[in-house]
Amino acid sequence: MALLETTGVTKRFGGLQAVGKMDFSLEQGQIVSIIGPNGAGKTTFFNTLTGIYRPEEGQIHFNGGSLVGLRPDQITARGIARTFQNIRLFGGMTVIENIMVGMHAHLKQSLPDALFHTRSFQSEEKDAHRRAVELMDFVGLKGVGDELSRNLPYGGQRRVEIARALASDPKLLLLDEPTAGMNPRETDEAVNLFRRLRNELGVTILLIEHSMRVVMDISERITVMDYGLKIAEGLPEEISNNTRVVEAYLGRGAADLLDL
Amino acid sequence: MNALKNLFVTPITRFWRWASQGKHPLVVTLVFLAVGTALVYGSPRSLIAFFVFISTAIFIYYLPMSPRLKLGLAALITLGLIPVLGLRNIFYLEVIFQISVFAALALGLNIVVGFAGLLDLGYVAFYAVGAYSWAIFGSQQLYMLHAVPGTMSTAANFPLPRDAFYLFLFLGVGLAGLTGILLGLPVLRLRGDYLAIVTLGFGEVIRVLANNLDKPLNLTNGPQGITPIQRPTLPGPVLDALRVVYNPLVGHPVTESQFYNLFFYLAALMVILVVIMVVRRLDDSKIGRAWTAIREDETAAIAMGIPLVRMKLAAFAAGASFAGAMGVLFAASRTFVSPESFSFMQSIGVLTMVILGGLGSIPGVIVGAAVVVILNLQVLTGLSLFLSQLRQSDAVIPIINFAWKDLSTQLDPAKYQRLLFGFILILMMIYRPAGLIPAERRKRELKSETEAPNGVPGENNAGDKKPDVQEDVHGAA
Repeated sequence: MALLETTGVTKRFGGLQAVGKMDFSLEQGQIVSIIGPNGAGKTTFFNTLTGIYRPEEGQIHFNGGSLVGLRPDQITARGIARTFQNIRLFGGMTVIENIMVGMHAHLKQSLPDALFHTRSFQSEEKDAHRRAVELMDFVGLKGVGDELSRNLPYGGQRRVEIARALASDPKLLLLDEPTAGMNPRETDEAVNLFRRLRNELGVTILLIEHSMRVVMDISERITVMDYGLKIAEGLPEEISNNTRVVEAYLGRGAADLLDL
Repeated sequence: MNALKNLFVTPITRFWRWASQGKHPLVVTLVFLAVGTALVYGSPRSLIAFFVFISTAIFIYYLPMSPRLKLGLAALITLGLIPVLGLRNIFYLEVIFQISVFAALALGLNIVVGFAGLLDLGYVAFYAVGAYSWAIFGSQQLYMLHAVPGTMSTAANFPLPRDAFYLFLFLGVGLAGLTGILLGLPVLRLRGDYLAIVTLGFGEVIRVLANNLDKPLNLTNGPQGITPIQRPTLPGPVLDALRVVYNPLVGHPVTESQFYNLFFYLAALMVILVVIMVVRRLDDSKIGRAWTAIREDETAAIAMGIPLVRMKLAAFAAGASFAGAMGVLFAASRTFVSPESFSFMQSIGVLTMVILGGLGSIPGVIVGAAVVVILNLQVLTGLSLFLSQLRQSDAVIPIINFAWKDLSTQLDPAKYQRLLFGFILILMMIYRPAGLIPAERRKRELKSETEAPNGVPGENNAGDKKPDVQEDVHGAA
């Protein structure tokens, strides 16, 4: 059974249909990309999956339960974590604290625990801290745990965002344009990191990406959206030869010029 | 400018450097403390003496000493010296009591505004809830529910014993916290400015309720306020014992009402200690991290699994409950409450303390409260008193040959208190926008880890800390 399955998901803003009748499914352990021109509805689809928007129609099933109508924090607790298109770290908090915020749903400490510093509280905080350092190491950051996250360079901030998302122990990780603004070397490192996430931690990855180099390199399957609709789906080779996809990007007639 | 720097700043910086070495911190602090105490003791009305005395706090806070030593010195001042000096000149006890009350309020508001980033413009409403809870049950108001407002009770006794005060200290906490939750439930879905307006409205609602709940049931006695409100008992034998100690120290016989002042000061101090402990521990738990995350980015916070509404409610309730405790204390210490004490300006005043001291910074907020109270009660009043005396004297401004007497009554110096206060706020916000003692994130990462910049330059920021020390010197000066 698929890890994530949406059927007929539709999200409208007023008269505009941002996502229309989206049927999409994702198997455990895959790396899948969603591509499409600007304004195609990719991020809206992400926001619908994570509960920031509520779809007008359709079903979302994840790991055997429905997600429609749940709050974002409940969805995170069920195992979907995400990063944002424009980095949204907690700039005034340290890197370690950022990552520890990601663990919120899993920490059991209660108000009295925190007030009286009970033994279970102390050991839980210690574990959380240790795990945050491990995650920091995993994404390739060292020795910056006490820096305010806003003081890190761009690539570092992207890594912290991924570490923070991992802290919630997700089964599925949604990455929204994770390599935007990176130079080729940083991009290669990022792609390696995504592979390690899947291979070493077993996290299923769904990413929105514009860089075709990344998409073709890492994706096992690709879904293409345009004007809120899914226009193609398949293996990377199939997608790069698909007439509708080329037209969506380059305009009608472009496919003829390219001899496809 | 340079000459000014040579004259003032350089010696102070040098002195500070000298004072930070070896055993010097303790020596300097003790000398200042001794001189300050002697000065205040000798001339209880002198503002300068008072400033020398409280400047010790700056030394204790900033000079390098072990935490235990700092705590010991703080305890010596708050429990040993202030009671004696305060009983000698009861005005100081009043000042320090007000500082404590407002510091606790500011600490509570700091949770809501500083940690969680929810702008609350009606915070004083929770203070009112606490104050009125003891005012109604701790006075004879319950006998007068059907009486015309303004009439005095003829009953000889009170419905509750005096010492129910202690119970109400806790009840006030719960009641105010509950009010916070009740207010929060419908409005916390709002963000930023909208929330500010709603809380502003709520603050006014509580004040207007207090003003008008004298009909149909006379609960609050309307604008006249409720009086007398009971104070807890101070047992006679204890007072006698205290007199034996304090009378010779203070230099005059101490009355019972002065001991009450001392009692309420100590009670406020206790509340503050509890508040500081609670705030620090909350800040260091997942609750505190959730609050800061909400302040930094609400959308990201909720995507990280933080239940937004519940965490905001917690912030509101925690902040409100501290105000409730202080309200009960305030009602008992004044033996009188009226709606006037809970005006919008009070809410703004507490917010000023929080922002002036440093949003989100616990020591900052306490200093903010102290600065505002001292400015209002001592410096600005002292200044306008001085100017009024000039008006009544025959003094003449030398060069322009203008007699103070001729100054128009429109230009009464007393009216300029608020103006000066405003100027000070503006200057502060321009030159120290993060507050007197800016908030700092706790350093958590173990220092044992070697700095191995893995393609991530972090070294640039390591050196940023140093210039701060110098700035503090200027601030202290």
